[in-house]
Amino acid sequence: MKFESKRGTEKAELQLTSMIDVIFLLLIFFVMTFKIAAQEGDFSVKMPIEGTGGNPDTTNIPIKLRLRANADGELTDIIVNDSQSFGNSWLDLRGFILKLTGGNAPPTPEEGPEVEIDLDYNLRYENVIRAITAVTGQRKGDEIQRLVERIKFAPPRKP
Amino acid sequence: MTAMIDMVFQLIIFFMVLINFSQDDQNDKIKLPASELAKPPDAPLTFPIVLHLDPNATIYMGANIVTVESIAPLLKAEIQLLESRKQTAKDANIVIRGDLSTPGGVVQDLIKKCQELGFEKFALRVREEQT
Repeated sequence: MKFESKRGTEKAELQLTSMIDVIFLLLIFFVMTFKIAAQEGDFSVKMPIEGTGGNPDTTNIPIKLRLRANADGELTDIIVNDSQSFGNSWLDLRGFILKLTGGNAPPTPEEGPEVEIDLDYNLRYENVIRAITAVTGQRKGDEIQRLVERIKFAPPRKP
Repeated sequence: MTAMIDMVFQLIIFFMVLINFSQDDQNDKIKLPASELAKPPDAPLTFPIVLHLDPNATIYMGANIVTVESIAPLLKAEIQLLESRKQTAKDANIVIRGDLSTPGGVVQDLIKKCQELGFEKFALRVREEQT
C-alpha cells in the first residue's frame, strides 16, 4: 500500500526577502569601508651606524649632496661635492649622476658609488625623497634604470 | 529578480576581494611623498616594523604614539621579540612612512636612533607617482 503524505507534496518556497535584506546590508558595509589606496613602494636603504660595517666606497666617485632649505623648508639649492650648484633642478642633478656613473647600474646593491645626503634640518621630507629619486635611477617607460644603490645620511644639522 | 541577485552578488564579491582590513601599514594622517621609481617590493620585507611619522614629528607605531626621543623602549621590545626568534635587529626592516612635509632632519634623527639600537635596514615608503 502506498502512503503519500500531504506534506511531501507541498511546494517549498524560498523566502527571498530576508536574504535580500542581508545581502544589501553586506553590500552597504563593503561600499562604506572601501577605499582606493594609491600604490606604494619602498626605497630600501642599508645604513649601518658609522664605522660598524658596510662596504666602503671603492669607486673613487665620492658624491656628497648638500641640500639647502629656506625658512619654510622649501629647497633653495642643490650643491654637489661642495662645488657644483644645480639650483633646485632635480633633472640637472640626475644628468650629473648619469654622466658620473656612465648610466651603468652597480653590479650588486652593496657595490658602486655611495651618495651622502647632507640636508638642512627643516628641509621638507618630500625633497629628500626627490633627491633619492634623482640619484638612484630613472624611469624609462616601464623599466627602471638603476644608477646609485648606496645612500647614507650625514649627521643631522640640529637648528 | 534573478538578474538583480546576480548583480548584487557580483558587487559583494568585488568589494570583498578589494577590501583591506589591515590598518597596520596605513595611516590617514600621513600623506606620503611621491616618486616615479616607487614600485611595490618583489618579496615581503622580513620582520617589518612600520613607523608612521607625521609633520609634527609624532611617531605612530602600532597603537603607540611616541616621539623620536621616547621610541627606544618600543624598539627594544621589538629587539627582544626578534631575539626570541633567534634573530637580531640587523634582520628587521624599519619601514618609515614619513609625511611629505615632515622636516627631513626628524627623519635623520629617527634613522640615527634606530641605528644606535642596531637596526640597519630601512625602507622609506613612498607613493607611486603617475607619470
